[in-house]
This record gives sequence, C-alpha cells and structure tokens, in this order.
Amino acid sequence: MWVWAFGAFPTRVLRPWAEGPAFLFPTAHGPRPSAPGRGGAGCSEAPPPPAATSPAPPAAAGSLRPRGAVRACAGPRLGAAMMEGLDDGPDFLSEEDRGLKAINVDLQSDAALQVDISDALSERDKVKFTVHTKSSLPNFKQNEFSVVRQHEEFIWLHDSFVENEDYAGYIIPPAPPRPDFDASREKLQKLGEGEGSMTKEEFTKMKQELEAEYLAIFKKTVAMHEVFLCRVAAHPILRKDLNFHVFLEYNQDLSVRGKNKKEKLEDFFKNMVKSADGVIVSGVKDVDDFFEHERTFLLEYHNRVKDASAKSDRMTRSHKSAADDYNRIGSSLYALGTQDSTDICKFFLKVSELFDKTRKIEARVSADEDLKLSDLLKYYLRESQAAKDLLYRRSRSLVDYENANKALDKARAKNKDVLQAETSQQLCCQKFEKISESAKQELIDFKTRRVAAFRKNLVELAELELKHAKGNLQLLQNCLAVLNGDT
Amino acid sequence: MAAEREPPPLGDGKPTDFEELEDGEDLFTSTVSTLESSPSSPEPASLPAEDVSTNSNGRKPAEVVLDDDREDLFAEATEEVSLDSPEREPILSSEPSPAVTPVTPTTLIAPRMESKSISAPVIFDRSREEIEEEANGDVFDIEIGVSDPEKVGDGMNAYMAYRVTTKTSLSMFSKSEFSVKRRFSDFLGLHSKLASKYLHVGYIVPPAPEKSIVGMTKVKVGKEDSSSTEFVEKRRAALERYLQRTVKHPTLLQDPDLRQFLESSEWFEEKQQQFENLDQQLRKLHASVEALVCHRKELSANTAAFAKSAAMLGNSEDHTALSRALSQLAEVEEKIDQLHQEQAFADFYMFSELLSDYIRLIAAVKGVFDHRMKCWQKWEDAQITLLKKRETEAKMMVANKPDKIQQAKNEIREWEAKVQQGERDFEQISKTIRKEVGRFEAKRVKDFKTVIIKYLESLVQTQQQLIKYWEAFLPEAKAIA
Repeated sequence: MWVWAFGAFPTRVLRPWAEGPAFLFPTAHGPRPSAPGRGGAGCSEAPPPPAATSPAPPAAAGSLRPRGAVRACAGPRLGAAMMEGLDDGPDFLSEEDRGLKAINVDLQSDAALQVDISDALSERDKVKFTVHTKSSLPNFKQNEFSVVRQHEEFIWLHDSFVENEDYAGYIIPPAPPRPDFDASREKLQKLGEGEGSMTKEEFTKMKQELEAEYLAIFKKTVAMHEVFLCRVAAHPILRKDLNFHVFLEYNQDLSVRGKNKKEKLEDFFKNMVKSADGVIVSGVKDVDDFFEHERTFLLEYHNRVKDASAKSDRMTRSHKSAADDYNRIGSSLYALGTQDSTDICKFFLKVSELFDKTRKIEARVSADEDLKLSDLLKYYLRESQAAKDLLYRRSRSLVDYENANKALDKARAKNKDVLQAETSQQLCCQKFEKISESAKQELIDFKTRRVAAFRKNLVELAELELKHAKGNLQLLQNCLAVLNGDT
Repeated sequence: MAAEREPPPLGDGKPTDFEELEDGEDLFTSTVSTLESSPSSPEPASLPAEDVSTNSNGRKPAEVVLDDDREDLFAEATEEVSLDSPEREPILSSEPSPAVTPVTPTTLIAPRMESKSISAPVIFDRSREEIEEEANGDVFDIEIGVSDPEKVGDGMNAYMAYRVTTKTSLSMFSKSEFSVKRRFSDFLGLHSKLASKYLHVGYIVPPAPEKSIVGMTKVKVGKEDSSSTEFVEKRRAALERYLQRTVKHPTLLQDPDLRQFLESSEWFEEKQQQFENLDQQLRKLHASVEALVCHRKELSANTAAFAKSAAMLGNSEDHTALSRALSQLAEVEEKIDQLHQEQAFADFYMFSELLSDYIRLIAAVKGVFDHRMKCWQKWEDAQITLLKKRETEAKMMVANKPDKIQQAKNEIREWEAKVQQGERDFEQISKTIRKEVGRFEAKRVKDFKTVIIKYLESLVQTQQQLIKYWEAFLPEAKAIA
C-alpha cells in the first residue's frame, strides 16, 4: 500500500488539492494511472519465464496481476487496489508498475529469503520505506517482519559492503540514487503561484499532470531501493551479511546519520586516490585473457552506456514536452469552440477532445520509454561501474600480489624476514585468487543478467510502443470519422 | 400676369390659399406660406408662374402661392385672406423646416421681398419629394415603438433597457423592420447630440423625457411595487412619444446619429467584439502550435542522437544477439527521428501557417470595420459643415450681401451633395461589410475544417508508420537469447 502524504507540500500549493483521502489513491489521470500497490514481487519469483510477453491486462481491484515475471507474488499485497477510475478504456494502462523492477530481472528465486518494500511514505524531505521480509532462515527471530528505513540507511548498508574486504571479489549491487523530488516540487510550487493567471480548466489539467509526475518519480525511487535489496538478498554470500540482517530486522532507528562534512571530504579524497590508483593499476597487463577482455569491454561499455543513458533521457523529456504542448493546444481549441458562434464550434470541441486524449497517450509513451529505456540504461550504468570497481579491486590485489612476490624474492635474497615475506605473499596470493575466482563468476553473471534485462525491457518497450501507437491510431481514426461525417 | 390676378383668385373658388396681410398676425402666417412656396421658386418672379400653374393645376397642397401677393399684401389691405387651416397643416408638417432658419419675422416685416429667396432649409430635395409623395397625410412611413422594459444588472449599477422597434418602408433604411436595445441614457445622449447640432440653427428638437433620480433609484433598488412599475411605464411611453416626434421631423430623420440610434449598428459592434476574441484565441493557439513544432524538432534531434548512441552501445556489447538487437533499435530510432521531422513539418505547414494566415486576415477585417467608422465620421462631418454653411447663408441674407449669398448658396449645394454622398457611402460600406463578413465566416469554417482534417490525417500516417517500425523490431528483441 502506498501512502502518499501530501502534507509534504507547502500549504499554498496544497490547498487547491485538498482532496483528502481520495487523493491518496490516485485515479488514472495523466501518464501514471494508479495501482501503486504493486508491492514488489520481491525477489521471490520462480525462475523467471524467459519473457514477459504481452502486457498484463489491467487488474481489477484486488485481483492479481497474472503475469510479469517479477510480479508473480505481487498478488496478495495488491489488495489495496488502487485501480480506480481508469478513464481511458482498458488498454491505456501503462505497464510501468510491472516494469519498475524489471530492470534486473534475473534474480534467483529463493523462498529462504524474500525482501520487498511493501509501503512507502513521502514526507517533506524524506521518504520512509517499509522493508518487509519473509524468511525461513534460522538467523531471524521471526518468519515475517517489517521495519521502516530511510535512504541514508540503504547507503550505509551499501558502503558497509564496499568497505568489507571479504566482499572484494563481488560486484556490490549499486546503491539506489537519492530520492529527488526537488524538480517536481518546484514545478508544483510554480503552479500554485501561477494559479490566478490561467483558466480553472488549464490549472486542473496541469495539476493532474504534475501530480502524476510526482507519483511517477516516487514509484521509481521505491523501485530502485527495492531492487537493491533484492539483489543483496539474491546474492549467495551477501545475503548472509550481518549488517544486512540488522538492516532487515532491527526495528529501531539504525542511527545512521548522513556523512558530515569531514567524512564527505574524506570520501572525496579516497575516491581521488582510488581513481589515480586505478589508472596505475590498469596499466598492468593482465595475464588472464578473460579479465583482460573484460576490462577493455567494461571500460568502453560503461562510457557508451553513460552516453546512451543521457541521450535517452533527453529524448524522453522532449517527448514529454511535446505531449504537454498537446495539452495547451487542446485547451485553446476548447476555448475557440466555446466562443465561436458558427457551426465550427462543434468541430473545435471534438478536436480539442482528441488532443486531450492523444496527449494522455503521448505522455504515457514518454513515461514508458523513460522506464524501459532510460532507467534500464541508468541502472546498467551503475552496475557497470560496480563491475569496474570489482576489476579494480582485483587488479589492486594482483599488484599487491606481485609486489609481495618481489618482496619475497628480495627477502630471500637478503635472507631476512623471509617468513614474514612468505606469509605476506601467501596472503596476497590467496586474496588474489579468491577475488579472481569469484570475480570471474560475478562477471559472467553480470553478463547474463544484463542480457536478460535488456531483452525483457526491449521487448516490453516495443510492445508498449505498439500498443500506444495502435491506441493513438484508433483515436485519430474515430475522430476523423466523426468529423468527416459531420462535414 | 399680375393683371390677371388682380382680382383675388379667391373668386375662382380654388382652394389655393391666398394670404392677405392685414396685420402683423397675418403677416406672420403669410411668412410661412411664403416660405412654403419658395423652395420651388427662389425667385419672386417665378412665383407668379407657379401661382398660375398652381391655380390651373389645383392640387399641390404643398405649394402655396404667394408671390406678388406680397406686394398686394401691403397694397391691398382689404383683401381677404382665406386660410384654409386644414390644408395648411399638411403644408406645415411637410415643410421640412417649419421654423426656418433664415427667416425670422423681422425679415418679413421689413418689406424686402427679395428675402423670398429664403430657401427654406430644406434638406434634401429627394427626401422632400419622398415625403411629399408619401404624405398626403400626416406621417411618413415610419413608426417607432418602445417596449419591453427590462432590468439589466444589479443594485446601483442596474438600468432599464428598452426595446426600440422601427417599422418603416422608407428606402433610406436598409431593412423594413428592426429593433435594438437602448437604455435611458442612450436616449438622452441622442437628444443632446441632436440638440447641439440643430437647436442653435433654429430647429425645434423635441426634448427628451426628464430624468428622475427618485424614480430610477426605486427601480434599481428593485422595488417591485406599483409605483416603480408605474414609473417605468410612464417613462416608456414618454420615450416612445419622444422618438415618434423626433422621427416625424424630416431634418432630424436624416441625421446619422438618429439613424444609428435606431438601427442595429449593434450588429457591427457585436461582430467587432467577436473578431477581437477570435483574434486572441487564435494567437494563443498559434503560440502553442509553434511550441509543438519546436519541441518536435527537438525530439527529432534527440532521437537521432540517441540512435547513434545506441548503435555505439550495440557495437561494444559483446553478446552477439543483444548487440544485433541494439543495432536494430538504433535503426528504428533513426527512422522514427525521420518521422518526427516530417510530422514537425506537417505541424508547421498545415496547422501553424493556417493560424498565422487567419490572424492576419482578421487584422484586415478589423481594418475594414475601422474604415466604416471613418466613413461614418466623414458623413457626420459633412452634415455639420452643411449646417454651418446654411448658417452662413442666413447671416449673409441678414447682412444683405448678394454676392456672398450666392457663394453661400453654392457652397450649400456642394455640401448637400457631400452629405448625400457620405450617407450613400456609409450605407454602401455597411452593406458590403455585412456581406463580406458572412462570406469570410463561411470561408473560415471551411478552411479550418479542411486543414485540420488534413492535419489529423498526417498524424494518422505517423502512427501507422510507428506501428510498422515497432512491429519489425519486436521479433528482433525477442530473439535475444
């Protein structure tokens, strides 16, 4: 169940929206129809069927979403049924609710540990996630429990993984990005200020738009936090991490404060050192072809994903602007229609209606593209970075190993501290080998995951585009039939 | 001729009037009759001829013979004057200017017969004839009714609106029956305009009903009692009588202000307002469509950029199937970018240009309305000038400057023609505008419908193409293993 407290907003903007509880369950206006109660299927689906084929039909209140690999167990938690008021006919539901977690589809199912975010609350400047765990593992006191966590606590968990030497050989699931409603809030505020200068109708339309946008961002941030947890839970080693268990179970505040200035500065330096080091380390040629290849590949891939992600972003945003223009055109046509005295007024009104409807579709196209393409790319940008980090750690340990070798040789030559050098060298060797082994597997998994995720998303993208184009086409053809019939 | 008429023609039994002045009183009456005859005969000399013709013809009620009789007037004080009052009346009423400007009693008293050249300030020969033709009796064929008092507005800003209905067959009006809504202050305004134009030159302009603050306030406040209804009814009747009297006055009837008051120039005002609104709305719409064109172009550019980026990504992807799919995606996006471009063109050339064309057309329409106003102003100005010229003429008469009088007369003729022309022009332009506006509206409706339908069809095409592209891509995506 998603509770969205609009008390978050400065009252000035809130007042015209004082719709009370009805608003908590948004109706299907704008690009993001309701059904926020997607309550993630968590990471618990059975081996995901290779593809989510056609889009799920809109679930009636309370029923299950029958498909979507990621959603298999969404059912019981969908109860809150936010699916009110689908005003645009059956087919205009966006699939973003299913797709939100589809970024990383290939998560191994495991009844032993299921994690999801069952609830989320947006307040003025923070979001509170309700992390819900179901587990049969003996490590936990209960089988099912929930805690409330904030973004900072997720970051803490992530950092603890990164800093843990034992996990050096794994791709650490990338941390979820900070929830950022600033842009949306600004827009809402501006809308509130400009209320006087536009017609009531325009104002309502824009308000709905912005609400939908806000809701979309909200859902996305929840999804990304959830994906992080699911990845951790699915990882054979990481899921056993003590911090993770604490995170899941400890039902009081973890007292994780955000890093203060000093710590942030430290981080900054650490990063600088790391990247400098990375450059040095990457100069070392790797004996292993696999890793050599991976390194080259990842470097290039990462950069290109970055570029593609940025361009995709811009593309979806232009799309959205164009859709917004439809909105304004629709309003103007409506005004023309109501003012005109000739028989063209009916004509104008019909076309205005068309623009309104077509705009909704266009907005959804933009939203879906955002989800299936932009988000996908963004996620893999982060993951490829994590993979790069892994490679760096491995290279680092390789360098250490080689240095230890040299030290050992020197020690043997001097016949001084040989034992020490030997131990040290052995440690390094072990570390290196351990990392190498797990890294190899991780990277292979990464590739599998990546391919699957892309496949799923590209297929869904194509399907959605088709659906929307067909919907649009039908709208236009209907309208034309009516208009031609009249004239 | 004079000899013939030595004996009072009265003996003929002809009903032609013959005035004999015996005393001042008669003098005055004969003055009037003098005036009546003078329009047709500015020269004293011709009067006899007329007189004869009148005598022989008989029936020309408007023609009162009085010519040399004037001489007789003084000479033969004993002559009888028979004044046929009943016959006098039509003459009086048909006389365009009973209280004639240049002629004052004093003029006549002074035995200056030349003053006969007082051409009564008849306004237009044409209308005079018309009036004469129509009126064997009292009225020209125009009837005004004031009805339907309706309260408009609320509280102290309220007022009563009356419907002024005109029924006429006079050709100078474009329709035979029409009505407008006017409020009391409009009537007052009309009167003040007429008064300022005509009173000082001697026309008796019928006064408008009086204001009554008490009465009106009661009405405004909304008392639905008998006293306020009575008040309204009294006022309505008074307004009706006022208008009736005003239109019976041939000179005033010609006045453009009166004409505007009666006729629905509201149509023009309404239309002007409509076009103003339309203009505004079209501008707004145009701005939105321009924004759309701009954003679509942007979208096209961004899609192209993304396509390239996706192609690069596909290249570096080392999983073959995925790599191929990504390249396909890049191709699709490239094609879509083309689509967006074409659509942007359609947006622009069909929709946006149509709108800007119409915005300019409407500016032309507004210009036409402005011209009409100018035309009206010209007419009004000509009329005022004419009155001034008449004034001048009268002054010249008084000052007895024959040469200047002639000049004045010439000028009067000139300005009479101008006024006529002005009125004709105004009516012409009004008629033309009505027709043109109708034509414009019809064209506009057709234009918009055609273009918008074409535009929608272009949107249809785009969607169809999109469907084709994505359908081609889907199997590729599914083929990723």
